[in-house]
Amino acid sequence: MQQTNRLTPFFENINFERDDNTMVINFGPQHPSAHGQLRLILELDGELVTRAVPDIGYLHRGVEKMAENMIYNEFLPTTDRMDYIAATSNNYAFALAVEKLLDLDVPRRAKVIRMILLELNRIISHLFWLATHALDVGAMTVMFFTFREREYAMDLIEEYCGARLTHSAVRIGGVPLDIPDGWLEKVLKYIRKLPNDIKDYEALLDENRIWKMRLEKVGVIPTEMAKSWGVSGVALRASGVNWDLRKEQPYELYDEIDFTVPVSDIGDSYARYKLYMEEMRQSIRIIEQVVPMYAKTDSALMAHAPQYISAPKEQIMTQNYSLMQHFVLVTQGMRPPVGEVYVATESPKGELAFYINSQGEPYPYRLKARAPSFWHTGILQDLLPGCYLADVVTIIGSLNIVFGEVDR
Amino acid sequence: MRPYSDKTNVQKKSYYTDRYYVAPSVPKATIDSDEVFARDVEVVAMVATVQEAYIQLGHLVLFIDAVDNKKALTLLKDELGYEMLMEMSCIDWLAKRGEFEVFYELLNVTTARRIRLKMFVKENQALESVSDIFRSADWSEREAYDMFGIKINNHPYMKRLLMPDDWQGHPLRKTYPLQGDEFAAWYEVDKIFGKEARDLIGPEIRDAARIDRYDTTRFARLGHEVPFGTNISQGEPDTPIRYQEEGGVFLIKRLDATKTKTLDNRR
Repeated sequence: MQQTNRLTPFFENINFERDDNTMVINFGPQHPSAHGQLRLILELDGELVTRAVPDIGYLHRGVEKMAENMIYNEFLPTTDRMDYIAATSNNYAFALAVEKLLDLDVPRRAKVIRMILLELNRIISHLFWLATHALDVGAMTVMFFTFREREYAMDLIEEYCGARLTHSAVRIGGVPLDIPDGWLEKVLKYIRKLPNDIKDYEALLDENRIWKMRLEKVGVIPTEMAKSWGVSGVALRASGVNWDLRKEQPYELYDEIDFTVPVSDIGDSYARYKLYMEEMRQSIRIIEQVVPMYAKTDSALMAHAPQYISAPKEQIMTQNYSLMQHFVLVTQGMRPPVGEVYVATESPKGELAFYINSQGEPYPYRLKARAPSFWHTGILQDLLPGCYLADVVTIIGSLNIVFGEVDR
Repeated sequence: MRPYSDKTNVQKKSYYTDRYYVAPSVPKATIDSDEVFARDVEVVAMVATVQEAYIQLGHLVLFIDAVDNKKALTLLKDELGYEMLMEMSCIDWLAKRGEFEVFYELLNVTTARRIRLKMFVKENQALESVSDIFRSADWSEREAYDMFGIKINNHPYMKRLLMPDDWQGHPLRKTYPLQGDEFAAWYEVDKIFGKEARDLIGPEIRDAARIDRYDTTRFARLGHEVPFGTNISQGEPDTPIRYQEEGGVFLIKRLDATKTKTLDNRR
């Protein structure tokens, strides 16, 4: 055995002298199909995986520790860096948890804007998932199409808030900005074009022999296993559990919207692919219904709660008391009531929730981010044994894990 | 005199708190207000001592003895239909009451109800693993051990999850330093070259006042700017761009502004 702490060539990952004919390999942490910094230690018997140990933590930044040392508004942009593919869903989950703690009423216009942003983010996330997943499996063309559409959606969000990836466009108590002129028409134009694009992707993949051979009956998650591992989102629905938080525990305006939740009981990667495609169509449906709601709302964007939320800018600049409140809220931070809250939202990846324990101070005493990808990575250790090495890539891809969120 | 600082909680604290400020509380409802939850509490009380139970923001919060955690969770899963363990983690109360608060966040997908099962464990008291009932507890318990140092009995693979295996300390404890500590500063040197090489290599250079030739273009070192046009190359030769038209690199062309086109609408 060589000394491991010296800079000498040392094959820690491959042990050639094993008696049992198995080989141990490292998959990652720098593997392009690992979707970030995932290190998988695989024990192989020929091409068959006999044991898999996911090793995470390569992107660990201590988001929860940071949260304990930041005031609530200060922490919000940090949540962008968790699931950076769909940043608004993180901002929103955190903002909603704090709003529940404060018992705030968010103005209807803010809700409408949030809904549009959330669903645009879902589309962006699903398009990105499709691009990378198809690329992993070997279908390169799909990436060029989906990235184009994703770019358009990001342009829309950029026009709204100025950022493309880390938006922070949802704040505690509402949204900071009203939509620019003509933006809703652009959103409508985009989502009316999108169904045709989705048809194109499906034409490339649905009946594609290679795609079907590599996805069908690969990575089957039985219902029991999915429940036991706390799997959520599309992966749970593909395993036969009809559970979408937008329907079951509705937040924002989802209870006023007519949309369906696609479910499959097959549980393989192909089923998950089909559900992702259908979810994009449902997101389009939701945006189409939300956009007309905007005209019927009044102009308030932030909740009225002087103790917790700063007044609008005009008021801060003209009213002395609002300026004082604003100063205290920026320098000291809001002090939510003593209590704890766990609020779950349906992010594009699954159940994204924030648990906050507040002791009445400007800093949360404990904040736990429940990221869906964390458990979707954990399940690999039960899911991969029995699969072939080539299927590992498909399974990781179809679970849609993002490492900013796994490691936090 | 050196100012007093609380070593049991090194977290950031508010610089000012009104001495007469009394923080309000999030309202709690009694369990009688919801008959389904009331029945759940009754059933759990058959196998475990329920110390406290209330409903807060739609969640049933149940405090039980830490020794009963496995019995109670088995019952909640098998009898009451709380089939999914969505989250399990801890809160550090070591400074205040010398123990951790562990919570299990459970979900019943058929009735859309959530329960938070809570218990207190002393610093050296071990908790029974529930990873055979809920597989998701496998990683949660590893994370709890990694971040807080909670001891778990009968876990199939108890290893640190997020931090490296040989890390010292538990980062989410309130006593864990917010600045990089001594161990972190030497971690890579120790691991690659060994402790004896510390003197030879020296500490990692994290000098905020260091200046290099790219500073003015990267705007990274505020306060150390040099006047515009100052030669900062320190003798390093320049790399000119060689365009294709001038016999340079293939495909690197000069932009012809007359041939550009601005689209009114995206296609």
